[in-house]
Amino acid sequence: MSSWLDYTINGLIVGNVYALVAVGLALIFGVSRLINFAQGSIYLVGAYIGWVAVVQLHTPLPLTIIVVAATAAVVGLIIERFGLRPLQNSVRIAPLLATIGISFVLDQLVMLTFSPNPRALPSQLPDVRFQLGGGTIGPLDLLIAGVGISSALLLFVFLRYSKLGWAVRAASQDRDAAMQMGVDVNRVNQAVFGIAAALGGVSGMLVGMYYNQIDTAMSLQATLKGVVAEVVGGAGNVPGAVIGSLLLGLVESYGVAVFGTSYRNLFAFLLLVVVLVLRPNGLFASARQAPPEPLTGTFIAPSRPVRIPRWVLAVAAAGFAVLPLFPVSFYVLQTLINAWLLGMLALSLTLVAGTMGQVSLGHAALLAIGAYTSALLSLTLNVPVGLAVIGGGLVSAALGTLLISPSFRLRGHYVSIATLAIGEIVSLVILNWESVTRGPIGISGIPPLSLFGYDLISPSSVYWFSLAVMVVLALLQGRLLTSHLGRSFRAIRDDDIAARAYGLSLNRYKSLAFIFGGFAAGVSGGIAAHLYSYINHETFNTQQSILALTVVILGGLGNVVGAIVGSVALVGLPEVFRIAAEYRILIYGIVLLLLVRFRPQGLLGTI
Amino acid sequence: MSEQHNPMLSLRGLTRRFGGLTAVNAIDLDLAKGELISIIGPNGAGKTTLFNLVTGLDRPDEGAVRFEGQDITGLSPERLAAEGIARTFQLGRVFGNLSVMDNVLIGAHTRLRAVKPAVPVIGPLLELGLALLRPAGVKAEEERLREEVKAILARFGERLLPRIDQPAYSLSYANRRRVEIARALALKPRLLLLDEPTAGMNPTETAEMQALVAELKTEGLTILLIEHKLEMVMRLSDRVIVMDEGKKIAEGPGEVVRSDPKVIEAYLGHGLSGAAEQESAA
Repeated sequence: MSSWLDYTINGLIVGNVYALVAVGLALIFGVSRLINFAQGSIYLVGAYIGWVAVVQLHTPLPLTIIVVAATAAVVGLIIERFGLRPLQNSVRIAPLLATIGISFVLDQLVMLTFSPNPRALPSQLPDVRFQLGGGTIGPLDLLIAGVGISSALLLFVFLRYSKLGWAVRAASQDRDAAMQMGVDVNRVNQAVFGIAAALGGVSGMLVGMYYNQIDTAMSLQATLKGVVAEVVGGAGNVPGAVIGSLLLGLVESYGVAVFGTSYRNLFAFLLLVVVLVLRPNGLFASARQAPPEPLTGTFIAPSRPVRIPRWVLAVAAAGFAVLPLFPVSFYVLQTLINAWLLGMLALSLTLVAGTMGQVSLGHAALLAIGAYTSALLSLTLNVPVGLAVIGGGLVSAALGTLLISPSFRLRGHYVSIATLAIGEIVSLVILNWESVTRGPIGISGIPPLSLFGYDLISPSSVYWFSLAVMVVLALLQGRLLTSHLGRSFRAIRDDDIAARAYGLSLNRYKSLAFIFGGFAAGVSGGIAAHLYSYINHETFNTQQSILALTVVILGGLGNVVGAIVGSVALVGLPEVFRIAAEYRILIYGIVLLLLVRFRPQGLLGTI
Repeated sequence: MSEQHNPMLSLRGLTRRFGGLTAVNAIDLDLAKGELISIIGPNGAGKTTLFNLVTGLDRPDEGAVRFEGQDITGLSPERLAAEGIARTFQLGRVFGNLSVMDNVLIGAHTRLRAVKPAVPVIGPLLELGLALLRPAGVKAEEERLREEVKAILARFGERLLPRIDQPAYSLSYANRRRVEIARALALKPRLLLLDEPTAGMNPTETAEMQALVAELKTEGLTILLIEHKLEMVMRLSDRVIVMDEGKKIAEGPGEVVRSDPKVIEAYLGHGLSGAAEQESAA
């Protein structure tokens, strides 16, 4: 029994840490209806500022906390002022994408400044342990709990009794009415971002001390956990976020107790998916509500797509097809092969996110399913590689659609959260299902591409193969868009309620979009597996999902040609300018931010 | 007379509550085939909520909806569209990024047969395959529907036809309302629900819309109409139902309902209370 007490205490302590992130997220969501994906990056910044303060400047603990809170608050204010405020009147998805871009930029800046290697962040508290039940708790546990409880109390007092706190609550209930009553909503937003960032920064530092280690991977993990806790508690609900965090900590802790440490995150994301499906407004939300008012045309930026004459496309395709006949370097071909593989993923995502309006943040999971299927089919069942790749596409289409189907009833930002979680679940299942996926060891010795018994080993044959597959997929998708399915997908994206009133079943058409898109992504992953010859659970990660999203926005949401142009641009240009790998993600983040701000319709326009 | 025996749509005790508010309170209604009934009442009387209950966008807490003798209470909007119930929306819900042609083609979605074979389980996959392969039957169906859309758009004179390939977001407000009605007509509805089709229209446009609705009625279409412009209501309706605070407070021919003291009180007492007080003060 006492060990259960330990797991409970541990769960509450970890949950308390999550609460510091989740409360910030809930405050921001409450006021601006935005899930701030950059919250984890602020947490990361807080951890590294804490490291500088403790290790380099030798500040005492109270001063460390003040320095971290102040610096993080400044970062939060900068994000609000320059990243989000200019987007107030843009399409709904714009601020979400902007916070993703900001998070990549911040993470990468921290990584470039401090190197990706983990660092030790020593705790500044005496190392004594008190006996409690069968386990112990130390001063740091108490400090974390103290910071959590006191910040929640302070926040409560601020929201209830200060004038600015009233303004925050008014703005969160009805932004327009608050503005009309003279509330300066910009000032409210600033206050909220400042407070949320200070909380996030301090929690990053405390967690760093708790584990005595900080590294740049902390950011995404913190965002994910904070988002889970926030959604479980009900987005925008500050007390709900605290309870959601404690619940998440407990679920994880008990899950670890029963199944082992590597299952911790799996439980977190399963909890999220279950809550999203059963109670999308959180555990403490009121019952069903009337359908919201129309959102017509507000999802994507209205624009007229650039029409490219067919002959131009044909000439371009022919030009790329004959390229290997000229004396081009292996390096150029290799770069373009990568562009074609990314192009297939982008085709998939532009259909799902652009045409269908389901902004998926876990699209790399479809690559992973295709890659593992194709690799295992060819390795263990000796299926010819050509067929195995198609098998990868089919399994990715079927399994991907099945996994994503719980999110079909969700809208807007919730779809993005759900797909992100489902993507993480896929990666965690690959990690833990050792009997099939070989777990953390990964799969090596995957046979090279081959077609009708001929191995495709020379760079030009691989180039032709991947180009041909991508062109076929692009032609099929173009045909799909001109069919009744194209208009049905777009109708559901523009107004799902009106679409249902005209007989369009959301489940049916969202499934069809994911089946088609899942196939393209699965084929891309399958080809990649045979090219790399080694894959593991980290080969296809969130960074690739975000890269694909940037490509899709660059080309124009839903735009088939745009997806390919975007892929060539984002894979090719960094190569042309010889940009070092560690700067590329920074550049992708900046490209995403600039696009969202200045050209949301992308290069070729949304369709 | 005939509605007693064979109502196309009948509502019995239909009730919907939002928290403490009863938006629709025990509404009974019978609508015969070919009949046009108008629902009037002050803002917030529950008219649009009633439409949502009939078209499946919301579920009633109590009561039943019968359509052509069949219990359709709580069925999904998709199913009801397939049954031949079409509606327009009060605030206009066109598909902003779709062209006028595509908007109206969506209205014909439930009538797709060649490309949407009614096969269980693998039906959706067949639909995907047929959409990509497009055999002759599918092409012919699409072509036929496109011609039909043009004929529907021609009913609006030169308002929509010249803009057939323009995205709906670029249309004027009145034209968006017209697109909505064209989309509803493309469903070949057995029952048409119009939610304030002339909202925001000027007198000329209103007259055009009134003529169109009159035409649809003479063609035998069964129509349920929410409308604030009383002159139009009086001219078009076989019967008028007045709602206030969720309840039906009067029902009957337009002229009778118009002079009903309860109706006058509902309008002056609630909808126009400010104006009435000012008048009495003066």
